[in-house]
Amino acid sequence: MTDAYIYDAARTPRGKGRKDGALHEVTSLRLSAQVLDALKERNNLEGHAVEDVIWGNATQVGEQGGCLARTAVLGSRLDQSIPGLSINRFCASGMEAVNLAANQVRAGAGEGYIAGGVEMMGRVAMGSDGAAVAVDPTVAMDSYFVPQGIAADIIATEYGFSRDDADALAVESQKRAKAAWDAGRFDKSIIPVTDQNGLPILDRDEHMRPGTDMQSLGALRPSFKEQGEVMPGFDQVALMKYPHLEGINHIHHAGNSSGIVDGAAGVLIGSKEFGEKWGLTPRARIKASAKIGTDPTIMLTGPVPVTSKILTETGMTPADFDLFEVNEAFSAVVLRFMQAFGVDHDKVNVNGGAIALGHPLGATGAIIIGTLLDELERRDLETGLATLCVASGMGAATIIERV
Amino acid sequence: MTDFTMTTDAEGVAIITWDMPGRSMNVMTRDSMQELNGLIDAALADEAVKGIVINSAKLDFAGGMDLNTLASIRDEAGDDPAKALFDFTMAGHHMLRKIERAGMDERNKGGKPIAAALPGTALGIGLELPLACHRIFAADNPKAKIGLPEIMVGIFPGAGGTTRLVRKMGAMAASPLLLEGKLNDPKKAKAAGVIDEVVDDPVTAAKEWVLSEPNIVKPWDEKGYKMPGGAPYHPAGFMTFVGASAMVNGRTKGVYPAAKALLSAVYEGAMVPFDTALKIEARWFTHVLMNPSSANMIRSLFINKEALEKGANRPDVQDQTVKKVGVLGAGMMGAGITLVSAMAGMEVVLVDQSAEAAEKGKAHTADYMDKGIKRGKATEEKKAATLDLITATDDYAALEGCDLIIEAVFEDMGVKAEVTNKVLDAVGADCIFASNTSTLPITQLAKASDSPGQFIGIHFFSPVEKMALVEIIKGKETGDRAVAKALDYVRQIRKTPIVVNDERFFYANRCIIPYINEGIRMVKEGVTPALIENAAKLVGMPLGPLQLTDETSIDLGVKIAKATKAAMGDAYPNEEVDEVLFWMADEGRLGRKANAGFYAYDDKGKRQGLWDGLTERYEQAETQPDLTEVQHRLLFAQVLEAVRALQEGVLEDIREGDVGAILGWGFAPWSGGPFGWLDMLGTPYAAERCDQLAAAHGDRFACPALLREMAENGQSFYGRFGTGQDSKAA
Repeated sequence: MTDAYIYDAARTPRGKGRKDGALHEVTSLRLSAQVLDALKERNNLEGHAVEDVIWGNATQVGEQGGCLARTAVLGSRLDQSIPGLSINRFCASGMEAVNLAANQVRAGAGEGYIAGGVEMMGRVAMGSDGAAVAVDPTVAMDSYFVPQGIAADIIATEYGFSRDDADALAVESQKRAKAAWDAGRFDKSIIPVTDQNGLPILDRDEHMRPGTDMQSLGALRPSFKEQGEVMPGFDQVALMKYPHLEGINHIHHAGNSSGIVDGAAGVLIGSKEFGEKWGLTPRARIKASAKIGTDPTIMLTGPVPVTSKILTETGMTPADFDLFEVNEAFSAVVLRFMQAFGVDHDKVNVNGGAIALGHPLGATGAIIIGTLLDELERRDLETGLATLCVASGMGAATIIERV
Repeated sequence: MTDFTMTTDAEGVAIITWDMPGRSMNVMTRDSMQELNGLIDAALADEAVKGIVINSAKLDFAGGMDLNTLASIRDEAGDDPAKALFDFTMAGHHMLRKIERAGMDERNKGGKPIAAALPGTALGIGLELPLACHRIFAADNPKAKIGLPEIMVGIFPGAGGTTRLVRKMGAMAASPLLLEGKLNDPKKAKAAGVIDEVVDDPVTAAKEWVLSEPNIVKPWDEKGYKMPGGAPYHPAGFMTFVGASAMVNGRTKGVYPAAKALLSAVYEGAMVPFDTALKIEARWFTHVLMNPSSANMIRSLFINKEALEKGANRPDVQDQTVKKVGVLGAGMMGAGITLVSAMAGMEVVLVDQSAEAAEKGKAHTADYMDKGIKRGKATEEKKAATLDLITATDDYAALEGCDLIIEAVFEDMGVKAEVTNKVLDAVGADCIFASNTSTLPITQLAKASDSPGQFIGIHFFSPVEKMALVEIIKGKETGDRAVAKALDYVRQIRKTPIVVNDERFFYANRCIIPYINEGIRMVKEGVTPALIENAAKLVGMPLGPLQLTDETSIDLGVKIAKATKAAMGDAYPNEEVDEVLFWMADEGRLGRKANAGFYAYDDKGKRQGLWDGLTERYEQAETQPDLTEVQHRLLFAQVLEAVRALQEGVLEDIREGDVGAILGWGFAPWSGGPFGWLDMLGTPYAAERCDQLAAAHGDRFACPALLREMAENGQSFYGRFGTGQDSKAA
């Protein structure tokens, strides 16, 4: 089987996903096109350079609808002979794009791909594409649907994480993100966002709150207590699925959950021949990928079973990895991953994660693969695993290995 | 027989009058629906007719669908009952839609105004028919109840009520009416937007209206109609629908298929045109009617409940209506019995040891009426009239003229014998004497009376004014007149009776005690207490066994345990349970009344959570049982006791066993009762489960001989013990 290599990885800075966020004026199309153009320019691609652009996005309506992948190609300087494929695996969309591209390369279906994703959460609201899973009683009731925040609180309750545990992880994420920026560790990947005149719009992640400490987080009220305990009472639904619990411990809040941001990222993937053709040096091999479905109520524990699966398939153990990126959707997701595999926090999200930097749903999976690769190179280490929890009870993972 | 008649007056208004022969309340049947359909066709075709008014010749409009109709449609359909039910439901939709469109063309031109005039109560299809009309006029009758209570018997409004109400007022506003079956008086129904007008003379008002050339196009038949509150994928609607699924799930614990089906009908229907929505409603309605849970609920909560209330097991003796009732003991039970008797218009003599104690008991009625006045449910006049009926005294002589005595004094054989004797001196020879004991054998209590044939048990549940069931207990010598007296009395106070024979704990307590014990036993075994409580609620029990113990008090449990042990001797099987119970009592954790029990309570008595001390003493097992195992232990503990009660002749009628279980202690209503549940499982599987549970947990789960025999013969309880008609559940 052909190997699939990462040749480049680039991302925009993440803007606050609000009306006053720096990227709020930028369309999903323009932000996507800037990433595509950057990958084209940085790697001197011309003509039908890649087989496809696979673009992840979790909210495919309005400006993000209508196969944004193809629209982004048309809006970029890529050749029109390159098609586009929009995909949605919620929070793992960007990772799934990379995995799909890699697996097609490995199977010989095309030499090169651009894979990544975008999410302008301040412009296209999360959930605005509707979701039968939440409202169609035949599924919502029978599969005990609760929103993600409640699910994260179930993880905390079921696996015994306290508010302090969650807050401490959040404080560390902020500290690490600041240190990473201060040391210029994101420089290799960051594409400053500019307007049509080349004027700068944003060149640095905007969501970070470097001063965050246990005291400032302690002042925040739990975000999901009201909807859990009072209206409409999701805790009762959670207890139907987890009847050995007496109640749900609501520990998550805005400060220990991922930030709502705008952002995009892309990864250039290709075979050995692809690199030779364009004069590029492979940075890492995509060794394996995996996805899995799991209990939709607790929903966000996916990184554990999907990692178990990928370990089994590759014959690897947690000790074989130098670094991990586990998407910080909620503190408890990362805490649970570390607990399940006995992994030390020193190896996980070493440059901070989505709590500090934000989680642009469709892009994050591609972002963390790039972040992982940059850091493996900086530390001159070999092997890394990136994984995300996914809405509706799924998980995705990718293993990369430097070459 | 004709249920509907039509006359057309000089002004061209066709008056269709609903008047079901031989019934005080109209109900819809297959035949009456066809009649109505024919009259509507005729009126729409008759050029002399300008408008139509549908009214009722009764005091009320209609009580709903004859649920036996639905049962018979299914049973007569042979091997394709779903099709028969769906076709029947769709035929109903066609007729109601014909009324709603009233001859209009596709551009909403033409058509004849059709109004409904409701003299009183309009329930179920009795409201769904008016909802299809163009305007609803109701008489200003505060006693009238208007609403769609179908959900209460395990179905949902399937004659367009679901679809029309949601389109009329939006999913959010319709939800208490559809999901809780909330009924309103006419004024509140108008305020809620269910009906249009409250008037003195609805027929006249309706006639005037149909002649006024009104707009008769329903909003949903107009171009550009938008559902109030938003359809599911409208931003506001989305939140409503997310919340609705969660709320219904949490509240119904997922065991009521009708609630789920209703929500699905609303959700799916909200996204399509009106006629398609009706078809969707019909598919889900059929789905519910085909569900054994709904069939069992209709059977127990509607058909059999009504049959028992109407005296299905009443001996054939002359009317025993109670005129004057004597209540002995003005404690909580005596005060409650006094209240419900006076509310029913009976003269009540409430006797206690001191006049002061008796007055205190009477004050309960005053308090209750005051609360009613505050909520607009009673008036000062009604309160005064009710209190006037009650004589509170310490003088037994005041009991003279009573035709029924109900004794609710301290649960002690000696005390009860003493008051019995005092009463016998005061009352006439015909008076029936009843004891409200929950623990003492009636046959033995009757020995204090010189005419044990007139002695009977009337066992109320607490709180008396709330609980719908009354358990009537026949002692060995209790005569037919005493039984009839008790049944007539229960009918007067508008509760549901069951009649059982005299054995330890009679029927209800006999079944509920093993439930409580099984829960406590699991605590001792190290099952997570939350799992025990949640398992119970998830199988439809209103309270987990530990919470129930807190409510009824731990010292009562201790008392019952001691008495049972004394009576049973070496055969006593509950030492494990007593270990927990006696320890709790020693710790002073006597339950809610002590603000400490299996649960912790705050200073105001609000329940906080399960008490930590439990799992400190009884370490939680490493491996916890699965949910179904816990649920089966809790349910089998109850239903096997019900089977034994039947086997021993304590129960004579399984209908009473099922209705009594649901109304008496809230036994999983979705199942239709213990026997309904066993039939759902199938007796062969139930017997097999008994063997497994007995092997794993002890002989208390041993399969009763009756169940074993039925399993071997492949019999069902309703097949073997049903009355024929009700064996074919609705």
